Amino acid sequence: MIKIENLRKSFGRLDVLKGITEHIAPGEVVSVIGPSGSGKSTFLRCINLLEEPSGGAIYFQGIRINDPAVDINELRRKVGMVFQLFNLFPHKSVLENITVAPLRLKIMGPKEARDKAESLLESVGLRDKIDAYPAQLSGGQKQRVAIARALAMDPVVMLFDEPTSSLDPEMVKEVLDVMKSLATRGMTMIVVTHEMGFAREVSDRVFFMDDGVILENRPPGELFGHPGHPRTKEFLSKVL
Amino acid sequence: MIFDNIRRTLLEPLWDEGPNGIFLLFNGLRETVVITAVAIAFGIALGIVISLLRMSRNRLVSGLARAYTEIIRGTPLLVQLLIIYFVVFQAVDLNKTMAAVIAFGLNSGAYISEIIRAGIQAVSPGQMEAARSLGMPFGMAMKEIILPQAVKNILPALGNEFVVLLKETSIVGFIGGNDLMRAGNKIRSITYEATIPLFSTAIVYLVITFTLSQLLIKFERRLHTSD
Ligand SMILES: Nc1ncnc2c1ncn2[C@@H]1O[C@H](COP(=O)(O)OP(=O)(O)OP(=O)(O)O)[C@@H](O)[C@H]1O
Ligand SMILES: [Mg+2]
Repeated sequence: MIKIENLRKSFGRLDVLKGITEHIAPGEVVSVIGPSGSGKSTFLRCINLLEEPSGGAIYFQGIRINDPAVDINELRRKVGMVFQLFNLFPHKSVLENITVAPLRLKIMGPKEARDKAESLLESVGLRDKIDAYPAQLSGGQKQRVAIARALAMDPVVMLFDEPTSSLDPEMVKEVLDVMKSLATRGMTMIVVTHEMGFAREVSDRVFFMDDGVILENRPPGELFGHPGHPRTKEFLSKVL
Repeated sequence: MIFDNIRRTLLEPLWDEGPNGIFLLFNGLRETVVITAVAIAFGIALGIVISLLRMSRNRLVSGLARAYTEIIRGTPLLVQLLIIYFVVFQAVDLNKTMAAVIAFGLNSGAYISEIIRAGIQAVSPGQMEAARSLGMPFGMAMKEIILPQAVKNILPALGNEFVVLLKETSIVGFIGGNDLMRAGNKIRSITYEATIPLFSTAIVYLVITFTLSQLLIKFERRLHTSD
């Protein structure tokens, strides 16, 4: 579904991604772990072109996306993204947060958009917050709304950039549970995370990123059980 | 003594069958408010245009917009007013109010463009990213997500700009405009009495600006409670 070939990204003279080649199959859940500054966010943001790759190629459903001819907005509809800081629209209610894009992009009519928002909120356990504003929600609730908002576009892939890192510990579980159920229902997911429990239990594969490259790419049981690279060992010994 | 001065400078006709001081001040105030209000309206329109140019990706366009703001902000308003009246519109017979409106409008346009730019930049970049990641094109994201939030930063600053400009128009006397300041000064020169006319002028400015500031504070509170 997503094929990445020798992906490079530099900011000025700073080389952040130094050649990444990976393949992600439909329905796969991939966790990306690694030290701070290793390029995890940049990697994720290249996939929906929030960052423009400096070199290499990314194919999405067989089409090369880092190509001027590609309709960026069309691509982004199919690639949902969830941010560390939620980025809910503070001037819009929960319902409007979820429906603004489908309505304005004329993907759905008002009735359909509302029904969809209701059922998505139901699935993240926030049906009763439909008329609330973001400021009235806890961190965990905000992140669940942000997930519902991304899902409203019917994406085929979901990207998560440390979705639980700015949450109080007691709210981490409610967000991870939503993500788990999404994974169980077959969503393709790429999750940058510091939650080693999630990476181990839920993902099919774990990428260990270090200094702009993916050093290891293995099923979680192997990677956590027998890290193959000294850098992985060192990192895991710090976070586990 | 003081009551005598008040009577002479404000209440009695300043010359035979002429107006009294209060009448002059009132007329001056009207001129001040008209110049300020029209100049602000012009300045807002210009400010929007300049801030858009300033955010343009074309280096030349954004450079020109930046140069304009720098020139306006780096030279005294009085010089700008005199240049507009005596140089730019020297050939055409432009009335003084119009010249003042244009000069103050051109000036506040530069400041307002910065207000707008700062208001937009104060919206967290994550908002644009979230909107774009949902597939919204740039213009739509701007209109639906960024501008409604930026307006909350911009409106109070615009109100403040109005208050500032109201005071700054007190220099139109230099091109012979009959604003509030000029009225106070006229009374002073006719009556050879400085204290009452100048303090009266100051008090009128203060009453207006203070009232506006209070309204602004209330308005700002309302904006914030709606978050
Ligand atoms: N827009 C940018 N301009 C310049 N440098 C950037 C930009 N974005 C990221 N970087 C740099 O790229 C490097 C990798 O950043 P990135 O955010 O991808 O790391 P990360 O692995 O997500 O780290 P963290 O775990 O702290 O989120 C860092 O050195 C960062 O400073
Ligand atoms: Mg990051």
